[in-house]
Amino acid sequence: MALQSLDIQRRSATPTATPQARGPEEVAKLIDVTTCIGCKACQVACSEWNDLREEVGINHGVYDNPIDLSAEAWTVMRFTEHEEGDKLEWLIRKDGCMHCSEPGCLKACPSPGAIIQYKNGIVDFHEENCIGCGYCISGCPFNVPRINKVDNKAYKCSLCSDRVAVGQEPACVKTCPTGAIQFGSKEDMKELASTRITDLKSRGYENAGLYDPEGVGGTHVMYVLHHADRPELYANLPKDPAISTTVKLWKGVLKPLATLGIAAAGLFGFFHYITVGPNRPDEDHEEEVRS
Amino acid sequence: MKEKLIQRYNAAERINHWIVAVCFMLLAISGLAFFYPAFFWLTGVFGTPQLARIIHPFVGVLMFLAFLRQFFRYWHHNLIDKEDVKWMKSVGQVMKGNEVGDIGRYNGGQKAMFWAMCGCLLLLICTGVIAWRPYFALYFPIPLIRLALLVHAASALALIASIIVHVYAALWVQGTIRAMVEGVVSHAWAKKHHPRWYREMTEKKP
Repeated sequence: MALQSLDIQRRSATPTATPQARGPEEVAKLIDVTTCIGCKACQVACSEWNDLREEVGINHGVYDNPIDLSAEAWTVMRFTEHEEGDKLEWLIRKDGCMHCSEPGCLKACPSPGAIIQYKNGIVDFHEENCIGCGYCISGCPFNVPRINKVDNKAYKCSLCSDRVAVGQEPACVKTCPTGAIQFGSKEDMKELASTRITDLKSRGYENAGLYDPEGVGGTHVMYVLHHADRPELYANLPKDPAISTTVKLWKGVLKPLATLGIAAAGLFGFFHYITVGPNRPDEDHEEEVRS
Repeated sequence: MKEKLIQRYNAAERINHWIVAVCFMLLAISGLAFFYPAFFWLTGVFGTPQLARIIHPFVGVLMFLAFLRQFFRYWHHNLIDKEDVKWMKSVGQVMKGNEVGDIGRYNGGQKAMFWAMCGCLLLLICTGVIAWRPYFALYFPIPLIRLALLVHAASALALIASIIVHVYAALWVQGTIRAMVEGVVSHAWAKKHHPRWYREMTEKKP
């Protein structure tokens, strides 16, 4: 949400630079999937703090509830039953915005200031500038933003930017009973993750690792995974997320190409007219017709 | 002496053309606003940015329907024949103001323009519906919407460049605007630019 005391790194549809003088520290939320018990306290805390009330739905036969992210459910736990050898693993991943360093939503957004990336890494939607086109949905490699049916504006996890701005941790972090969700500087979170990963490896999870995908420049929500080599096990967490080539073409090379094409058509017309001059019926045509 | 005139477009055709033209202008202005951040202020053509997002697709549907009417009016006049190929090959001469070939109702350039517009309009309506929120986009997978947005922008820009050529051609060939405003052209105009059509028109009604 708008009007807070966080420095802006990037602003949607704004080709000119944002204030660059100050360089506050990057923050990150670390979600340790291996110590999550799936209690959904984070979902409730999110709903409480952000004043969101998703409609009570129906039971889909699985633990996931609500079944998907929505404009009123910015985080959901996704439960996967995975058989590893003769062992059943219950993989629980808290899904929501990853707060990419290279946000696809921000790249796709046509409305100046509707999507803001703060210097601390938080990517925030400012709904008062949102026009409801849904381009952010197409831009996102994680399928996170959702349009609210009531106002046709896009919503997603703000990483509690309002709390972070006044030195508090996000609501989900505050409430997590097992400490599976941690918050701090990105550097500290990486360090914390590495101790967790060392521990997991010593307990037989050879492929334990940190999910901080390079393809989007790293994220400000990171996961510790037991199977970091196969992130797709965790309810299709993309292995190598990146802004889609289609979106890059649309928001990249097409712009100069189009400018060139339109300018060429206009300039050609102008210079053609002032060099060749207008094309009038010849005198003899006029004469023949008149006679 | 009274100028001799030939009817080229009747009132219904002219109204049809200008509905398409006005829709195009509104769509191009608001569309460019969505495409170029620096031109976002052009969303003001529909009042506010969000209103522009809401209204743009409806105007698009109106333009498509009006253009569809034009398609059924003119497609059979726009089948490309040998004279048109000759015209297209000598386009350099034509640009200098020297007419080439025994041109009928439309020349090769006009016919190519017609089919380019048809192609763009078809792409624009299909991709526009796919990307249309909140009504239709939710029924399509995200990768398809991405492709639709790319194709929509590309074909819109191709159409804008084409329309610049279309408008310029009408300005350059003097006496053409009159055909779409008053509906008539002079005999001299017809004889110079569309000799075969001129003969057809004058022989039919001596």
